[in-house]
Amino acid sequence: MFEGRDIACERGERRIFSGLNFRISPGQALVLRGPNGSGKTSLLRIAATLLRIAAGRLTWNGVDVAEDPEKHRTRLHFIGHQDAVKGALTVRENIATWTRIRGSSGDRIGSAMMAFDISHLADTPAQYLSAGQHRRTALARLVASPAALWLLDEPTVSLDSDGTACLQQAIMDHRAAKGMVMAATHIELGLDDVNILQLTPQ
Amino acid sequence: MSMHYFANPTRFTRLAERIQPWAEGLAGVLLVVGLYLALVEAPADYQQGDTVRIMFVHVPSAWMAMFCYSFLAVASAIALIWKHPLADLAAKASAPIGAGFTFLALVTGSLWGKPMWGTWWVWDARLTSVLILFFLYLGYMALWQAIEDGQKAAKAAAVLALVGAVNVPIIKFSVDWWNTLHQPASVLRMDGPAIHPSMLWPLLIMALAFKAYFVALLLVRMRMELNLRRIRALQLAERTT
Amino acid sequence: MKPFMAVIARDLHLAVRQGGATFLALVFFLLTVTLFPLGIGPEPAILARIAPGVLWVAALLAAMLSLDRLFQADFEDGSLEQLTLSGLPLGAIVLAKTIAHWLTTGLPLLLAAPILAVLLNMDSEGFAALLLTMLIGTPALSLIGAIGAALTLTVRRGGVLLSLLVLPLYIPVLIFGVSAIDAAVHGLNAKPHVLLLTALTLAAIPLCPWAAAAAVKLSLE
Repeated sequence: MFEGRDIACERGERRIFSGLNFRISPGQALVLRGPNGSGKTSLLRIAATLLRIAAGRLTWNGVDVAEDPEKHRTRLHFIGHQDAVKGALTVRENIATWTRIRGSSGDRIGSAMMAFDISHLADTPAQYLSAGQHRRTALARLVASPAALWLLDEPTVSLDSDGTACLQQAIMDHRAAKGMVMAATHIELGLDDVNILQLTPQ
Repeated sequence: MSMHYFANPTRFTRLAERIQPWAEGLAGVLLVVGLYLALVEAPADYQQGDTVRIMFVHVPSAWMAMFCYSFLAVASAIALIWKHPLADLAAKASAPIGAGFTFLALVTGSLWGKPMWGTWWVWDARLTSVLILFFLYLGYMALWQAIEDGQKAAKAAAVLALVGAVNVPIIKFSVDWWNTLHQPASVLRMDGPAIHPSMLWPLLIMALAFKAYFVALLLVRMRMELNLRRIRALQLAERTT
Repeated sequence: MKPFMAVIARDLHLAVRQGGATFLALVFFLLTVTLFPLGIGPEPAILARIAPGVLWVAALLAAMLSLDRLFQADFEDGSLEQLTLSGLPLGAIVLAKTIAHWLTTGLPLLLAAPILAVLLNMDSEGFAALLLTMLIGTPALSLIGAIGAALTLTVRRGGVLLSLLVLPLYIPVLIFGVSAIDAAVHGLNAKPHVLLLTALTLAAIPLCPWAAAAAVKLSLE
């Protein structure tokens, strides 16, 4: 279970939010809603330990995340605004590189590409792909190596409706396997039974 | 009274306002006394004549160049480790002062060298080390300028200062090494003759004068930085309301 | 260990695929060395005298110019962020990338150096020292340079600032490297110089990635 209590965030010299609480249990999805600048990206980055919390605690099954941030990072996937896709490598190589760096075996790469319908592009260098295909390659990482917590920041940007459907299916499968999702999105991802965390700008 | 007592900018400003006139006065007095002793009282060197008097500015400047960098490094360490809010401000404020003393040391070194060896510049160990130190100061100040986010700039500059501090002894050692390899016979030393008591006093007084001047100037610059930060905070608040 | 090797492999794979960087570093090395006879005159005795210094300065500059590709591209497309999230400590990631940088920059420079030394008419006694000092010293150039590259990540057009930060820190490597070759050429004992250079590189291996990681972390926040 992933929990945050009394989280406060500062960027530059401004306090973006404070006193934030959330809890995600296995199989649950938390959707972040709020206008621009309300801190959705910041909260996701805090959950990924990419950004330092100004106040509050993040806990995983009761244990403070700050005690071993590296271990926490192995438990999560973070998909931000950038795709981290290298044009010089093929789709398969892009996904394989990340699975290898995360220490996972490569046997789920094929199914990851299928899940996002990019198997036919497996050996195409990414520089020839469209933005949507880049995004699918980035999202395929979610399935290619296992992680309990998925942190998604506007994951459907540049995806067409088919791509969005692939993502929905992937999230459903992940939740069915007791995985957790925290996503910032203003598109109706069509997920049922989600908790909503509304962020308001200070 | 712990270090963090003075973390409050208002309290610091009040303290600075009280210390500053004393530091300025002390610097002025010591400077006058020191220069008098250096230029009038101290004997001329039998070999170098009156030009040895430049030593009384050159040597304390070189000392201050090192002292300011040490101050900068310690302040940066305090900023990074204990996160004292005024520490990075102190480091930032001291850098141009240190760079100024370094430049003064280089110029006076050059002026001293001309009558002695007939050239405007000599690659002796100390001058070369001071020149490299000058580059370290410039790099530090340039990094502060280049990074837009103030807090990130502070932390990056602090890391650079500590990296530089670790390297200063290594650089000094390697320059000394280089110097002895290339100047085996005539070891060029910008020291002048052995320190005679009548030379010691002006030297020490000038060193103290420079230190008092450093304190005064540091306080001025820190207050200026604090005011700049206040202005920025006000502008930020204005834009978001 | 495997993730660590995977990071090195990734950078090497990209370098091979994207090509160009190693080649450019070598061409720059050659060009810079060529400038000296053109500027100073082709008299063999003078060239031989300045050869160790010129070779080391040119190698140092070539290494420095290649530093911006250590982190910049990965920073800009989000890969650096993903690397941070891989579970490897950031210091290990920096060290892995530095090793890959050396393999694609320092090592080729080291291999090209003897050829360029011939162009500068360097004494044959100096060749062994040249290779040895470059072998030990170029890793230090990559390690120290990583700190500068990390500090200037968020600076637009940070290349010149990078030079200002890194070149003073390169000076000890330059001094010990050149003095070792000079000693060998004059028939003196080069060992003390080589030992000092080795000490520098050994000290840089744990310290530089740590400092560079701190700087990378700043840029990612």
